[in-house]
Amino acid sequence: MGDPILATVDWARAQFALTAMYHWIFVPLTLGLSFLVAFFESIYVKTGNEEWKKLTRFWMTLFGINFAIGVATGIILEFEFGTNWSNYSWMVGDIFGAPLAIEGIFAFFIEATFFAVMFFGWHRVSKGFHLFSTWMVAVGSNLSAVWILVANGWMQFPTGMAFNPDKARFEMQNFWEVALSPVAVHKFTHTTSSAFLLASLFVVGISALFLLQQRHQKMAKRSMVVAAVFGIIASIFVAVTGDEAAFSAAHRQPMKLAAMEGLYVGQNNAPIVALGLINADKRPGDDQPAFRQEVKIPGLLSLLANRDFNSFVPGINDLVFGNAEHNIVGAAQRMVTGKIALAELAHYKYAKEKGEPAEAAAALAIFDRHKADLGYGYLNSPAEAAPPVAITFYSFHLMVVLGTLFPVIFLLVLYFAFKGTLEQQRWLNTACFFSIFLGYVASQAGWVVAEVGRQPWAIQGLLPVGVATTNIAVSNVQTTFFIFLTLFTALLLAEIRIMMKQIKIGPEA
Amino acid sequence: MIGNLDHAILQQLWWLIASVVGSLFLFLTFVQGGQTLIFTLAGSEEEKSLIINAMGRKWELTFTTLVLFGGALFAAFPLFYATSFGGAYWVWMLILFTFIVQAVSYEYRKKPDNFLGARTYEIFLCINGSVGILLIGAAVGTFFTGSRFSLNLYNSVTWHTPFHGLEAALNLFNLSFGLFLVFLARVLGAMYLVNSVANEPLVQKARKATLLNLLLALPFLLIILISLVTMDGFAVNPATGEIFMEKGKYLHNLLGMPAVLILLLAGLISVIYGVAATAFLGKNNGIWFGGLGTVLVGLAIFSLAGYNNTAFYPSLSDLQSSLTIYNASSSKYTLTAMSYVALAVPFVLAYVAYVWKLMDAKQLTLTELAGEDANDMY
Repeated sequence: MGDPILATVDWARAQFALTAMYHWIFVPLTLGLSFLVAFFESIYVKTGNEEWKKLTRFWMTLFGINFAIGVATGIILEFEFGTNWSNYSWMVGDIFGAPLAIEGIFAFFIEATFFAVMFFGWHRVSKGFHLFSTWMVAVGSNLSAVWILVANGWMQFPTGMAFNPDKARFEMQNFWEVALSPVAVHKFTHTTSSAFLLASLFVVGISALFLLQQRHQKMAKRSMVVAAVFGIIASIFVAVTGDEAAFSAAHRQPMKLAAMEGLYVGQNNAPIVALGLINADKRPGDDQPAFRQEVKIPGLLSLLANRDFNSFVPGINDLVFGNAEHNIVGAAQRMVTGKIALAELAHYKYAKEKGEPAEAAAALAIFDRHKADLGYGYLNSPAEAAPPVAITFYSFHLMVVLGTLFPVIFLLVLYFAFKGTLEQQRWLNTACFFSIFLGYVASQAGWVVAEVGRQPWAIQGLLPVGVATTNIAVSNVQTTFFIFLTLFTALLLAEIRIMMKQIKIGPEA
Repeated sequence: MIGNLDHAILQQLWWLIASVVGSLFLFLTFVQGGQTLIFTLAGSEEEKSLIINAMGRKWELTFTTLVLFGGALFAAFPLFYATSFGGAYWVWMLILFTFIVQAVSYEYRKKPDNFLGARTYEIFLCINGSVGILLIGAAVGTFFTGSRFSLNLYNSVTWHTPFHGLEAALNLFNLSFGLFLVFLARVLGAMYLVNSVANEPLVQKARKATLLNLLLALPFLLIILISLVTMDGFAVNPATGEIFMEKGKYLHNLLGMPAVLILLLAGLISVIYGVAATAFLGKNNGIWFGGLGTVLVGLAIFSLAGYNNTAFYPSLSDLQSSLTIYNASSSKYTLTAMSYVALAVPFVLAYVAYVWKLMDAKQLTLTELAGEDANDMY
């Protein structure tokens, strides 16, 4: 069972990552641009100025092009939970399926219904109802983000459930604990605010391109001001919720935080690595240095994790091998307990099948005492509990650095806009245009931190990806991986070309 | 009140909810049917654009209903979701591919610099409407003919053919089911065109197409009906949960659940009346009879598969691995929570219907396609 399953799980992960990352190219723009379009149309309805209508329709066209491919890449994600992760679907479907169904009922239908009005209803419904529809598309898009991030938050911090040994699955015990889990709240606020930021960068960047080309200048400046204000507000939210997310990770996913900072040995007054070159040969428990080169700021990681400069932050070694002084039970010890839980679960099922109730009850009692570490029982070595450190570290730092740069750009845009010299700032407009791409890099890096940082778990601490995957020959998943890669790349190229053409045509066509 | 319902009642309720969503999806496949008409019905570029723009205002509703159908099955019957999607891998993947290409085709077809060319996107739409619906039909057919899988003690699925679900399309019953749905979707698509487009030459062709496609669907319908009343079925002993083969099981289900028989007959009559009204009486409202009829037939089919102590996802490899609405469902807590959520469904249906009425109040014309909104048109 070993190698083929490992290979299948690798391809299944690669395929899911591919799909999610392609999907995440389009979704943030949908989430943010939907609101920006709603702002523009609100101004049009309030002022009656046809130029604002033209501007609204221009951004709406780009929104529609992006929206379609977002929908296309989204459908596959829901069904990939079944096709690629069928054991996962059974083991946690009792909890995980609900947010997906709620997303369909409460969000997707709003989007689907009002999207048609937004694009084809200009002369079929009243001006007020059209504006309402545009707002509903924005609300629907963001509501869908709520529920998918509730589902994702639950994967990062499973709560409100219990394991049912008869069914061999986890079952929901408290819906509100799942829906209002603090991790789900952080996920939603941080992800959507980052999406608003990216959409603001997009509008600012495309508008800056118009200024550089000396086309549609009035419309461009109007768009830039609205988007920069939205972008600054979004940036503040990104920073605050990012801090909250890191604080949450420190307490609920300490391994992820340790990987984000490349911290192997836990310490008081733990530093943040401002700049660092990871030692790729470093493994948990060995004596090698974690970094080839590094610049550290002492105490900042302790502050981030515990709101206290001198507090202890556990490192990867502490979480893998344990740290008695700080009362940390490591993955090594949890593996021992987890393997007992797994053995007794099998014993229980076997005794029940045989019709031996006393033996089954005894096995169940032992299982119950050890079930908290059930997921660790599936690991083959303690070091498997650590995620890939380099990817997590670099992605996190890239995201933070870029996230700090963007509000500066928005502030400069507003400053020169109010001075009335925005079109003369060629350097700024050039920077704005290239910031679009940096925004996408930061956005993707954020997902990498969230998802790679929780490896090897599909469900944090409960279900490793190797167990969650479908029992299917690797060639099937390889084939669909390359089909997806080809298809999504072709569609992305189509999207970019269509977008570029529409931008070239501009709003006054 | 919902909190006091038995688990078994909730399981039956959720099979009904999933059936309603699935049946509404079958009605909304008029979009897919319309997509296949662009190559057979449209005599000019203008007519093609009229068909695509008529369907393009509704494609997202169909798409969303399919996603909700999947979501509802995941939430309510996770073992089915895990078994069927993980096992019948290729059939679901191919269905999904056809929906991925559909989603971009409306938006990109007419846009300049669209990389693949308008013709490619039209072919994508046609593939979605034909292959996609055929495979969905074949997949639903396996609710009656079974699949080759087994589940272990931990409910992990092993599929016993290398084709991972594609073998379903080689079974006459499943294939007939798929082809019936393809032609039914074309009937509905043509009826929707008659209802929503103001272009006499195209409408006249669409009226004829409803009749032609109904006639093409009839042989496959007959195969399905004759097979259903004669085939052995997968029965469940309600006391022990044991699965066994029962001769004439689905005939017994029809006779044992007269309401289902009435749904089936009323549905078929409604579809046939819709076609007759469109093709012979010159009426424009055939789509509503066709749509209602499709929903009723869908409900009857799903009821036959799931109710009256029947295994709805039978295993041919290991009979006891077959799925029933009882052994495949979520826990009582989850079904109860989801039932509260489902109270929102009538509200959703109400606003969808309201917006539909608003948007379809005026029929689509060539003038509108070439007017001020031309840049937004598909």
